[in-house]
Amino acid sequence: MTFWVSQSLNALALGGLLFMLASGFSLIFGLMRVANLAHGALFMLGAYLGLAVVKAGYGFWTAALAAAVAVGLLGGVMERTLLRRLGGRTLPQVLMTLGLAFIIADACLMMWGGDPMRLPPPPELSGAVRIGDAVFPRYRLFVIGASAAVALGLWLLVERTRAGAMIRAAVDDVGMARAVGISASTLFTAVFCLGTALAGLGGVIGGPILSVYPSLDQDMLPLALLVVILGGAGSLLGAFVGAYAIGFIYTFGQVLVPDLAYVILFLPMIAVLSVAPQGLFGRRLG
Amino acid sequence: MSARVLPFAVALAAMAMVPLVASSPFYVNLTSQVAIAAIGALGLNVLVGHAGLNSLGYAVFPGLAAYLVAWLSTVGGFDAVSAGLLALGGTLAVSGVFALVALRTTGLGFVMITMALCQIVWGAAYRWTSVTGGDNGLSGVPRPGASVLPLERPEVFLWLCLCVLGLALLQLGRFFDSPLGVALRGTRDQPRRMSALGYDVWRIRFVAWMLAAGWGAAAGLLYAWYHQFVSPHMMAVTASAEVLLMVVAGGAGTLAGPLIGAALVVLLKNLASIWIERWVMLLGFTFVVIVLVMPDGIVPGFHRLRAALARLKPSAAPALVPRERADG
Repeated sequence: MTFWVSQSLNALALGGLLFMLASGFSLIFGLMRVANLAHGALFMLGAYLGLAVVKAGYGFWTAALAAAVAVGLLGGVMERTLLRRLGGRTLPQVLMTLGLAFIIADACLMMWGGDPMRLPPPPELSGAVRIGDAVFPRYRLFVIGASAAVALGLWLLVERTRAGAMIRAAVDDVGMARAVGISASTLFTAVFCLGTALAGLGGVIGGPILSVYPSLDQDMLPLALLVVILGGAGSLLGAFVGAYAIGFIYTFGQVLVPDLAYVILFLPMIAVLSVAPQGLFGRRLG
Repeated sequence: MSARVLPFAVALAAMAMVPLVASSPFYVNLTSQVAIAAIGALGLNVLVGHAGLNSLGYAVFPGLAAYLVAWLSTVGGFDAVSAGLLALGGTLAVSGVFALVALRTTGLGFVMITMALCQIVWGAAYRWTSVTGGDNGLSGVPRPGASVLPLERPEVFLWLCLCVLGLALLQLGRFFDSPLGVALRGTRDQPRRMSALGYDVWRIRFVAWMLAAGWGAAAGLLYAWYHQFVSPHMMAVTASAEVLLMVVAGGAGTLAGPLIGAALVVLLKNLASIWIERWVMLLGFTFVVIVLVMPDGIVPGFHRLRAALARLKPSAAPALVPRERADG
C-alpha cells in the first residue's frame, strides 16, 4: 500500500514536469505548426542556468525566475530570427530545430561539463512529510502543486482572457484572425516565448528531482513527444491528460519492469494511435 | 540508361580501387564507412525524398539489425551468415509492426512518432542490460564467411560493402523508375488525388517503409560486422539526424545525393574528430546553415547552378533559315 501511494506521488510529480514541458510544445505546435525539437534542450538549458544562478549565491526562486526569463527570451529570438523564415515547411523546420537542439546541448556540455549535478531544493521545501505510513519528500509535493497551478494558469489564460481568445482564434484560422486585426506576428513570438519559458521553468523545478546532466534533453524530449502524440498536438487538455498518463506508465514501468520501462511506453502509443491517429484530444496533424 | 549508370559505376570503381593506392588501411576503412553510410542514406531517401515522409528515427532499422545479428551470433550461438539472415528477417518483421503505428500519420506527426519509436528501441538497448549489455553494448561480433572469403582483411570487407551498395543503387534506381516508384511520388505530392484515382496510398507508403527498413537493415548488418561491436549510440537521436543530414545535404529525391551526402558527412565527421571534439555542435551548425543556404541539397543545387551558368552564357543566334513565303 505504502509502495503504491509513494509511487503514485512520484508519478504525479513526473507527470507535472512533463506537463510543463509538453504544454509549451503543444501550444507552439497548435498555433504555428512548428514541432520545436529544441524544447528538450531548452528544458536542460533552464536546469543548468538555474543551477548556475543558485551556485552564484542567489536563492532557488530567483534561479527559477531567471532561467524562465532567459530561456523564454532565447526562444523568442529563435522564433524571430530563424524559425520564422521557414514558413510551414516540415523538413527545414525539423532540421533547424534539431540543429539548434544540438548546438544548445553541446554548449551546455562545454560550459558545465559531463558530470551529473544536483540542484538543491529550496531550504523551506527540503525534508519529508508523512502521509499515512508513507514518507514523502516535501519538494515532490510542491512540484505536484506547482505544476497543477501552472496548468490552471494556462487554462485560465487560454480560455478566460483576451490574449487567450486571440490565441484560440489564430489556432483556428490565422488568416481570419489577421483580418480582424489580431497581430499574428506578435502573437507567434509571444506564444513561443511563453512555451519556451515554461520549458526553462520546468527545467529548474525538475532539477532537484531529475538532477542535471548532459543527456537530460534526450531523456525528456521523447517523453514530451509521447505526451503530445497521446494527448493530441495543440490541445492543453491533451497535454494534461497525456502528461499524467505517461508519468504514471513510466514511473510504474521503471519500478515494476526496470529493463523494459521504455518499451512499455510503446503500448499506449499503439492503443491510442489505432483508435485516433490525431491523439486523444488533437486536431488532425498537418 | 547507360549514361545514367556510368557515373555510379565510375564512383564505385574508384572506391573499390582505394586499397590499391592507399598506403594505410585507414583510408580503406574510411571508404567502407562511406559505403555503409551511403546504403543507409539511400534507404532513408526512399522515405524522405520519394514518399515525403520525414523520418527522424531511421537509425532504428540499422540499430535493430545490428543488435539482432550481434546477439544471435554471440549469445545465440548461430553462425554469422544465418545470424545475418535472421537479423534481416527480424528487422523487417519489427518494422512491419512499426509501420502500423508510424503510417497512421504524415507530416510532423510522422516526425514525432518515428523519433519516439527509435527512442523506445534505444531505451530497450540501453536499459535491458541482461540481454543487450546496456551502455557497453555487445562486442566480439564475428564477420561471416571466414572460410570462403578473408573478410577480416579491410580491402575484402570494403569490396563486400561496395557490392551491397551497388545492389542498393541498382534496385532503388529501378524501383524509382517503376510504375510503383512513380505512384509513390504521386502519394508524396497529391495523396488525396492518388487515393481518388484508386491507388491504395497506405499500401504504397508501406512498400516504401519496408524498402527503407530493408536497406537500413543491410547497412546495420555491415555496420555490426565492420565494427564487430554494437552499442546504443548507433540509435541515438544524433545517429538518425546524421543519416537525415546525408540525405538532405546531398539532395533528397535524387539517386546520387545520398551517396555524396554520406561521403561528405563521414569525411567531415572523421576530419572533425581529428581537429575538434565538438562534433555535435558542428552537426547542429551544419543543419542550420544548410536550411538557410542550401535547402534543396547539393545535387539539385548543382543542377540549378548549371542552369544559371547556362543562362549567363549568351545563347547562339538562331540560325538563319529562309522563310518560305506564304504566297510563294
